[in-house]
Amino acid sequence: MRSRRFERLAERPVNRETFIRPWPEVGLSAIGSPHDPRPGIAIRDGAVVEMDGVAAADFDLVERFIARHAIDVTVAERAMSTPSQEIARMIVDINVPRADVLAIFAGCTPAKIVEIVDAMNVLEMMMGLAKMRGRRTPANQAHVTNRKEHPVLLAADAAEAALRGFAEVETTAAVGRYAPFNALALLVGTQVGRPGVLTQCAVEEATNLKLAFKGLTSYSETLSVYATERAFVDGDDTPWSKAFLGAAYASRGVKTRFTSGAGAPALMGHAEGRSMLYLEARSLLVTRAAGSQGSQNGSISCIALPESLPDGVRAVLAENLIAMLLGLEVASGNDALASHSDIRKAAKLMLQFIPGTDFITSGYGAIPRPDNMFGGGNFDVSELDDWHVLQRDLRIDGGITPVDEARVLAARERAARAMQAVFARLGFPPITEAEILAATGAYGSEDMPDRDRVADIDAAQSLLAGPMTALDVVRALDAAGYADVAANVLSMQRQRVIGDYLQPSAIFDRDYRVLSALTDPNDYRGPGTGYRVEGERWAQLQDLPQAWDPRHYGDRLAASGAAGWLVETGPAQRGSGREVVVAIGPAFGEAITRTIGGLDHRAVLDAIVSGIRSEGVAARIVRIHHTSDCAFIGHAGAKLSGSGVAIGIQSKGTTVIHREDLVPLENLELFAMAPNLDLDVYRHIGRNAALHAQRKPVPPIPVRSDNTARLRLIVQTTLMHLRETRSVRRDRPPAELRPAAEPAGHAGGAADLARPGVATAGSVEER
Amino acid sequence: MSAATVHAWTGRPLGDLTIEALRDGRSGGDDFRISREQLDVQAAAAEAAGHPQLAENLRRAGELTRVPNERVFEIYAMLRPGRATWAELDRLADDLASQDMPRVAAFVREAADAYRARGIVRPSP
Repeated sequence: MRSRRFERLAERPVNRETFIRPWPEVGLSAIGSPHDPRPGIAIRDGAVVEMDGVAAADFDLVERFIARHAIDVTVAERAMSTPSQEIARMIVDINVPRADVLAIFAGCTPAKIVEIVDAMNVLEMMMGLAKMRGRRTPANQAHVTNRKEHPVLLAADAAEAALRGFAEVETTAAVGRYAPFNALALLVGTQVGRPGVLTQCAVEEATNLKLAFKGLTSYSETLSVYATERAFVDGDDTPWSKAFLGAAYASRGVKTRFTSGAGAPALMGHAEGRSMLYLEARSLLVTRAAGSQGSQNGSISCIALPESLPDGVRAVLAENLIAMLLGLEVASGNDALASHSDIRKAAKLMLQFIPGTDFITSGYGAIPRPDNMFGGGNFDVSELDDWHVLQRDLRIDGGITPVDEARVLAARERAARAMQAVFARLGFPPITEAEILAATGAYGSEDMPDRDRVADIDAAQSLLAGPMTALDVVRALDAAGYADVAANVLSMQRQRVIGDYLQPSAIFDRDYRVLSALTDPNDYRGPGTGYRVEGERWAQLQDLPQAWDPRHYGDRLAASGAAGWLVETGPAQRGSGREVVVAIGPAFGEAITRTIGGLDHRAVLDAIVSGIRSEGVAARIVRIHHTSDCAFIGHAGAKLSGSGVAIGIQSKGTTVIHREDLVPLENLELFAMAPNLDLDVYRHIGRNAALHAQRKPVPPIPVRSDNTARLRLIVQTTLMHLRETRSVRRDRPPAELRPAAEPAGHAGGAADLARPGVATAGSVEER
Repeated sequence: MSAATVHAWTGRPLGDLTIEALRDGRSGGDDFRISREQLDVQAAAAEAAGHPQLAENLRRAGELTRVPNERVFEIYAMLRPGRATWAELDRLADDLASQDMPRVAAFVREAADAYRARGIVRPSP
């Protein structure tokens, strides 16, 4: 036999994922392989002669590089002899400055680092991120690519991403030969959207370097580093060649960060039986040793591998933390698809989102997922509003600013037109008006006309091979009348001469001021310190375009000309005989004329009255002025009813059948889910009340249940109730009501109410 | 970093690098390259902020500012595994040292020894 519940669970998105038990011998363990070395160091004559149990003579390339360049021998003995738990506590202790923690980590070996962070749970690690990240102000990075490598769409998407607040925008090319155009599109597009956005084009290293030398890109995070010698050699690099590349970029004023992450060595088959976290600690020490200012880590494209293992997501958070503990900028992953389950994906994100990192994602898809040529796209353009709402809910700056549609359209069009001008002036294949129009309003590449791909590739290759640089782009923009964009692109070139953005964790604001670990250092020391979402930034993050002002909602609740269809004829009297009193709320049919379910109040009243009469019972309508509470409205009506039974109805439509001998908060039947009530139900309520009035047996009315009604409508409910409550007159007694003559044009409904047979104040007097 | 004190690779002050100068050809290409001096300034700032390895990288970068793009690519290629013999790397280091690039030279020499020790130099013919 199978459990239907287990069958359903098996179909859940999370169960599309693979979960395995650890197999440490091949590197399939997240933290704590039995083959991970014990921490240890020996120093002789100012040199590391033994590290984590390996003698210098036996060091592989990676250990040799770390021992030579990463470990500060002047602090190593103190650091290594301090108990790991004590160091872990320093990380979360708000009374220990960040600099003191960094000083200790300057002397730690890979195994020591792992022992320290493994003493921490995820909450403590998150505290660590908040305190240890280099830059005070968190930021985010975007992916901008598309399947067609359409340069106009790339420029428009880059402009939108820049406008949305991404501090870095990266592209790549599915067909490498497009790379120069993709880089150009990002450069122009971002500088239309927001001055100072950094861009890169992730392609093969030699092309990448050429693009950077030409000024078409301003940063590079393609420099992969590995944890083991074999992985390095398979990657056709060494720690020295990668470090040399880093220096080469810097020699042209280009920012770089290295990239590594949990799972990559195991995937390459070179884990040597070590845990993912231990190996990543080695990669990060290589990164520091090479003099890179930062790291893109957090497992990146391998994320599903650590996630298949127990402790895997904690390991990924731990590697972000280790990078920070080594003083490195961190672009903290969350870029490759991390789960089929939205719950799991969001939970994983929170580990970086809440504390903040230098770049919360190392690539948020500012494009539709099918256009993401990085092959993943954990988040994409369709999830931007979810992100905005999370920022607003938690008062967290996740580096994405809500923007309105008109501004986005304007930026996209301008970027497309600027690209048209640049292409025309530099002699590249022309960009048509149709392409500009399509790119302005596009969702994705499916909305773009096809271009002559051969001609584009040829032109792109000539840009790469020829003498043209970003300065030619500046001249073209300037000559075509895009003076501001020209000035922005020129400013990016001037920044390369200054080099302030080569310092750790550097980004630019829109005025080209550098925010880095040096100019905007993280000073978190507990509550009231560090980065806080306040002032203008908080105003931006909370002001969602779809948020509305509740002050004016009430004005929409009263249909014009509706007031006055129920005429008060005097104070309500106690009735007698077979009648049901229908007690309506203070605003019913006046300040509010529809229920929350959108039913016209006249139609509702008519349905109730016709239901009562269908059982041969008279109906009498009174207005309750002294309360807006449904139970008390109903109970006040019951005390006036000849049968002792009344129906109480609030303006939002919530209804109760009450009897005078019950206490106010009891009832005969309650219909609390007003959005689910239709006229048939109201008629049924009238009929049931009439049966109650005759003391006949009454089967309760089945009511549709809708779990989302409260979620959807609680704000509207609150505002309607507020308006009803504002209509309350505490000192005014219940009033007898009589429908006024039918106004012209009103169809059906309350016509019945004016007919003889309906109990009104008059009928009471007749008795 | 005060813009007034920054000079480009060509020695031009940063203040000269304007759109007007670019428009009428008074500035161009190499004026927008960073200088060795400026990278040394950045290195000192990194060092003072507790980033000695970054500082060292920026000093190596400063030395590389004089190296033409093509030569940069060649050096990188030689440093990849199995591309050069120990002697070729040693000659490269000598060459770099003779061109006032002591840090890059030492770095290459260190790589040569490491590669030989770990068997990833190209075998001598």
